[in-house]
Amino acid sequence: MQAPSPILEVTGLTRYYGRRVGCEAVQFTLWPGEVLGIVGESGSGKTTLLNCVSGRLEPSGGTVLYHSRWGLVDLYQTPEANRRLLMRTEIGLVRQSAREGLRMRVSAGANIGENLMANGQRCYGRIREQALSWLERVEIDPERIDDLPTSFSGGMLQRLQIARNLVTQPRIVFMDEPTSGLDVSVQAKLLDLLRCLVSELDLSVVLVTHDLAVARLLANRLLVMRRGQVIESGLTDQVLDDPQHPYTQLLVSSILQN
Amino acid sequence: MTETGMEGYNFAYLDEQTKRMIRRAILKAVAIPGHQVPFGSREMPLPYGWGTGGIQLTASILGADDVLKVIDQGADDTSNAVSIRGFFARTAGIKTTTKTRQATIIQTRHRIPETPLREGQIIVYQVPIPEPLRFLEPSEPQTRRAHALAEYGLMYVKLYEDISRNGHIATAFDYPVMVHRRYLMSPSPIPKFDNPKMDRMPALQLFGAGREKRIYAVPPYTRVKSLGFEDFPFQVERWRECCAICGSRESFLDEVIVDDRGARIFVCSDTDYCSERCEPIHSGSQAAPLREHLAAIEREGQACKRPVQFSK
Repeated sequence: MQAPSPILEVTGLTRYYGRRVGCEAVQFTLWPGEVLGIVGESGSGKTTLLNCVSGRLEPSGGTVLYHSRWGLVDLYQTPEANRRLLMRTEIGLVRQSAREGLRMRVSAGANIGENLMANGQRCYGRIREQALSWLERVEIDPERIDDLPTSFSGGMLQRLQIARNLVTQPRIVFMDEPTSGLDVSVQAKLLDLLRCLVSELDLSVVLVTHDLAVARLLANRLLVMRRGQVIESGLTDQVLDDPQHPYTQLLVSSILQN
Repeated sequence: MTETGMEGYNFAYLDEQTKRMIRRAILKAVAIPGHQVPFGSREMPLPYGWGTGGIQLTASILGADDVLKVIDQGADDTSNAVSIRGFFARTAGIKTTTKTRQATIIQTRHRIPETPLREGQIIVYQVPIPEPLRFLEPSEPQTRRAHALAEYGLMYVKLYEDISRNGHIATAFDYPVMVHRRYLMSPSPIPKFDNPKMDRMPALQLFGAGREKRIYAVPPYTRVKSLGFEDFPFQVERWRECCAICGSRESFLDEVIVDDRGARIFVCSDTDYCSERCEPIHSGSQAAPLREHLAAIEREGQACKRPVQFSK
């Protein structure tokens, strides 16, 4: 049997904001079907890293290599048209604030259908069919397909954003604190939904969170970041149960109470 | 020049440097069909929204031998059309006309004449908002990027919303088109009825937006395709009625209320087309039935139900 190839290879990724460090010399590999958690305190460079890797922020140095359906792509060497094509076919991005990731002035159905239409689907009936089926999958009443997202609750918005990202069947999804700002019961439901979708669709996920409980529940592997650098990495249980770096020890002891 | 009343003005109002700048923008626009070219729009002696873009284009392409026609909503006798025609008659001393066939330059707001345009003619559109994506994407850098990379999924989002709200594509004017299979373009607020006329038109089409400072163009015989879905294709509107004056079933009709009891008639929006169709009747033996018919409209306002009967 052939060994599977990684889906994403990041080497020496660095991003400076002037003289300030966003993230520095970050290196990791993502494998198909894997959930990689990135944890760290606020300001540690998690979101900068996520933006660089998902094609939204040009890094100051380093490479981001995608093993896409049509071959190896260096995200910041390839022409912008290619990068944007990759971003709307193979990559999904679930933002922390659903309002930023959605178009608030068009209906839920149009939000889900937008990427389909951007990818060249021109049959209204089929687009609507897929929107309906995705609303059902993320547990939103399909009758609300023509409602504006402004009439949705926070949890529904986040689920709508997830549907909008998954409808094009990406192979890799980036999530930036998908559950923050939701109350605990909604958080639990959303996490459950995410876990089901990830295993069902065989997605690779990069999950940024400051919540170690979320990381433990979803992630297979963890990167711990501090001041823009990865200070520890390994299997989730290994990192959380036997932290090596003093900062990780502090993080684990301060948050994980049971 | 004294006798023409043009003292104090350069020919066609604009100075030669400005015209030169605008002509360069026009050449670029013609070279890249549908692409919006920025230009240094000047203050004109009329307010924004009244055709400052169109009037600058016309001023830049006008020659001493040109014959100018100006229409507003298809009519030659509306205040906007009359003023702009008068403006160029005074500042350039050129001939003006209301006849589509005789004009070399036609400046228009909201319509394309029903009479097919021919090679050598130029039609100048007045454009309020040149960016077709503007109401969906307020950011100019974002829309420019969308044009650069030909990413027009967003426009379909608007059509999708139309269908999901109204059951059909309810956009009736300023209906987006693809030019030469590359650029998404706003055809200016003409009714979608006129969209098919833009496709492979023998005349040169120029578009000017004065406030937004953009010029774009469609060269003669260029493919212009209206957007649509496979299962909801582009369609033009149709009327059950015919024109109450000339009896046309092919032209774009305006609904006119004729009394205070809600009676109404439908008449051609293109006044030149309508009167041209009536001309032989007016002068010939059929003038009588027409006059009778028009009198009936005034009396009863029932004309839409029984159009005038002309014997062949």
